[in-house]
This record gives sequence, structure tokens and C-alpha cells, in this order.
Amino acid sequence: MGLEEYKGVYIFAQQVDHQLSRIALELLGKARELAENLGTDVTAVLLGSDVKQMADELAEYGADHVIVVDNPALKEYMTEPYTHALSGVIEKYKPEIVLVGATAIGRDLGPRVSARVATGLTADCTKLEIGDFPLNPVAGREQKHNQLLMTRPAFGGNTIATIACPNHRPQMATVRPGVMQAITPIKDRKAIVEEFDPGFTPDHKYVEILDIVKSVVECADIMDAEILVSGGRGIGGPENFGLLEELASALNGQVSCSRAVVDAGWKPKDMQVGQTGKTVRPNVYFAIGISGAIQHVAGMEESDIIIAVNKDETAPIFDVADYGIVGDWKKIVPELIKKIRNEKVTAPVAFIK
Amino acid sequence: MNIVVCIKQVPDTKGGVKFNPDGTLDRSAMLAIMNPDDKAGLEAALKLKDQYGAKVTVITMGLPKADEVLREALAMGADNGILVTDRVLGGADTWATSSTLAGALKRLDYDLIITGRQAIDGDTAQVGPQLSEHLDIPVISYVQNLRIDGEYVVAERQFEDRYHLLRAKMPCLITALSELNVPRYMTPGGIFDAYDAELTVWGRQDLKEVDDSNIGLKGSPTQIAKASDKVRKGAGEVVNLDVPESVDYIMNKLRERHII
Repeated sequence: MGLEEYKGVYIFAQQVDHQLSRIALELLGKARELAENLGTDVTAVLLGSDVKQMADELAEYGADHVIVVDNPALKEYMTEPYTHALSGVIEKYKPEIVLVGATAIGRDLGPRVSARVATGLTADCTKLEIGDFPLNPVAGREQKHNQLLMTRPAFGGNTIATIACPNHRPQMATVRPGVMQAITPIKDRKAIVEEFDPGFTPDHKYVEILDIVKSVVECADIMDAEILVSGGRGIGGPENFGLLEELASALNGQVSCSRAVVDAGWKPKDMQVGQTGKTVRPNVYFAIGISGAIQHVAGMEESDIIIAVNKDETAPIFDVADYGIVGDWKKIVPELIKKIRNEKVTAPVAFIK
Repeated sequence: MNIVVCIKQVPDTKGGVKFNPDGTLDRSAMLAIMNPDDKAGLEAALKLKDQYGAKVTVITMGLPKADEVLREALAMGADNGILVTDRVLGGADTWATSSTLAGALKRLDYDLIITGRQAIDGDTAQVGPQLSEHLDIPVISYVQNLRIDGEYVVAERQFEDRYHLLRAKMPCLITALSELNVPRYMTPGGIFDAYDAELTVWGRQDLKEVDDSNIGLKGSPTQIAKASDKVRKGAGEVVNLDVPESVDYIMNKLRERHII
């Protein structure tokens, strides 16, 4: 396999129900940066049924090329036809790098594709850069340049590892949602759009969809919030979340929660921050009654400002908080809501953004 | 029906984490448990055995001491255990691990293979889908509920905002979420028997149709450039004030940072 034959940074442009997933735009943002480093361009691979019109949006977010596989077999996500399509693209176009979102779709598609095209895959990356492998020269060993260095947490966030894929192409990574930044869309930016048909023949690996059950809870995505008021086990019960809602609304923010709260059935899973929930990076993250287990911290430590309120002064959340307040949230939060509301009413107009 | 459950002995991440000089994990230095998602997969298999009658085989790849998790599985009700262990298999990434397991699975009769979604050490969720690809069978990942319908598996496949009810023809592979069930305890009689049970031990030469270039550290496309304990952002200020002062403190910080 001639590694030099492989060129370009490709991303899997995940769409569900004809809506591009946010991760697709985040991957494009990172892909632009990697491609500029390598002096190459960015290609989005768009799979689905009747999805061609989404190519324009991908272009505005940084795609130079869009390869569309448009086929009824790709209407809903199914492992086999999607694997066949993405593997087909890789075999034909030979990309140097393929990025896939570490979503419930990407974490199924990525490994299946990597096994089919016989290359390595690094899971759940939180940092991607171009560099040398080995990082430092080692006597008697070739140091390769322009490698994709993929950094990821492991052991529930206890360690981080940087991984390379020096002798196989493409270099593949799944990337954790909410970590990379999408670019500000450039209006009317166009991409070269190409259709590709790998041919679809259902075989024994096809699985039948009997039903699709969408979850009934429709709330704004906590990953989009600039201010998050997050509650943990220390909130004491679902009825007490009302106060957190009030604080969040006074600040135009949203409420999120820890895993303990979801496990107790107080709040739905899509509000969960952490290793097994969502990764968030708001401007302000209030951790209220959250002890700060390592798997929670892994999902919020990139927040700009972390304010923690907890009765227990030994709670590990205070090790990551910028501002830690030892005290009873039930007494502090209502007073805080009053003060914030007053401030907003009395603030001179010029200071209101 | 023959069910094979792939299980992994993992370090309990609550303890510290240690590395070998080459950057791979020093598993021998850490406390070991059966990976939680795998245990849910095993429970699912044992439930199917209770319900429909099935032979449940557990297989693990690891150090010789990984026989501990096989014995635990037998004590829970599995019928037999296979340990795949060999020095040349060490240091494997997910590609080499799934290639190795495929080489072992090819020697077995199976209708259903169950793996956990992911292991708590690597958190990759890759070995299940990769294994299914090497074996050329369908996969259903992230299974939160399942039943058998004749020669089909019917399973709820979880996504972020929905689930799909899927039907796959056996033989197939599913990856289990720990939400699937609450694993049963070992029985006292089971523990007693499992302690003496004969386990099958396979080495490199017992694997079927696996090339040397696809196993162990040398057969791993991904290589570790650097591994370390995570460096966390240092702690900021922690204050212990009365309620009005605490509120003023937060207000001042929000003003300082132009939030309000």
C-alpha cells in the first residue's frame, strides 16, 4: 500500500431526518485546520436519501468537496449500507484522514468501516493535530512527519493518550461531540459536489428496521447553552430542580445534571453531562450539589468558568472549580436569583448586551 | 442455541492507573474486575438460556489471570469458558484484538455473539463491531432490550434521541448496554464448582485463519505516542462564607467576568 497515494481530509457528514448533526459542522472546523496544516483540502461525505441539498451548508462550514451517496437504502441509519457506502468512498478516493463523530451512529459505523478497509481507528478523540511520530527522534527508527496525532481520554478520564496510525491509511478517528469548534459559516461559499454510487445489494448483513421510537422529551440541547446550571445528587429530589430552572432562566441559561440524577430518574438522559453523557463547554458552568466524580468532570472541565456550590468542602468538584463556595445551595440559590433579577432591572441600558 | 459472550477483565478505574515503559497499560499492577457492560451481556445470555434453553460459552483474551472472570461467569451460570492467552497477543489495539477474537470464534459454533458495548479501561466501543465485520455477520450495537424470534434476534438499538427496533438473522452479534439488565449474583454452589472447573486455554496456534501481521502489538495499526495521567486545570478559590456573603461573592465574580 503506497501511503503517499492517500490525500485529503475527509469527514463523515452525519445527518438524521435530513438535518445535519452539529458534529458534522464541528468536524469540518477541525478538518479545515488539519488540511491547512497539510496543504490539502477538505471533503465531506454525505450519506442519505434525498440529501443533496445539504451540500451547500457543508460548503459554508468549510467543505471544499462534497461526495454524496444518495440512495433509499440510506434513508435511516443502518450499519451495513452505511458501512458499504463509506468504505466504498474510502476505497475509491483514498483519503489520508477520515473523521467521524463519536455519536451512537459514528461509534458503530467507524469501527465497522475501519475493519473493512483494514486500518486503525482511535475512539472518542478530544484533540487532533498534525505532528511527528515518534514525537521525538529515536535512534534506529524512522520518524514520520505529517502524521495525525490523536489524543483521547481513557480509564474514565483518569489518563490521556496520544495515538498515531503511522503505517496504515486512512488515519481514522471518532471525535467526541462538543469538543471541536465549527467555523462561522461563510455565506455563498461553494463546494465541488460529486455523486458516487457504490451499488446496494441487500445481503445477510442487512438488518431490518421494525420500528423507530423517538424519545418524547423535546428540550433544547445543553451543548448549545452558554450558561448551564447543573444539579447533582445533592439537589435532593426532582421537585428541587425548580430553583435551578429559575436561576438558569434569570441568566438565560439552561439546566443540566449529573449521572446520579439520571440514574435516580429525576431528569432525562439528554440532560446528562459527563463521560457517558454530553461534553459541554459553556461560558459559565454552575455545579450545584455535584460531588465532581471524575466521569462528570470529563464532560465539563473545558467550561470557561466553573462555579461550584457544595456543602462538603472535601468534594472533588472544588479541585476543578474556578470559584468554589462551601455552603447550602438551598439557601444561596434563592438569594442569588433575587440579586441577579434586581441587577438586570437596575442596570443602565447601555450595559445590557 | 449457542451463545458466545466475549468478556474482558479490566482494571477497576477507581484505583490508580499504571503504565509500562512502552506506554501500554501495566494491567498486572491494578485491581481487576469483569467489565460492567460485558457482565450485562452475560446476564442477557443467561436470561435467554433460562427462557429458551441455550449453551452459553464465555471467552476472554488476556493474561493467564483473566481466568478469574471466566470462573466468575461460570459461577453465574455460563456453561464453559475459554481463555485466549499468549505472549505474542499482548499490546493489541482494537484491530488486533478483534482479529484475534475472530480467529478464536471461527473455531466455535455460535448463533449469537454478545459483547459489552465498551470496556471501562479503553472506552472505545470498537471491538464488538470490528469482530462482527471480521466474521462477516450482522451487528446490532447499543442494545437496551432483546428477545429471540425463531431464527431472528429482535433488539432495541439505542441512539441519542430515539431507539430503533431491529431484527437481525442469526448468526449475528450484539453489543450490550449496562442498562439492559441487572446482572445476577454468583451462586454459592456455582462458586464452588467454578473454582474447580476445567477451562479451555488457547494460544496463538489455536487461532483459525489469522495472520501474524494482525495480532499483538506488531499487528496493531494504532500506536501510542504518549500516555500520561491527565493534567487537570488547577483548583481555583474555595470560600466558606455565610449566605449573604456567598451570594455577593458569586455576584462579584459574575460581574468581573461580564456575565451580568
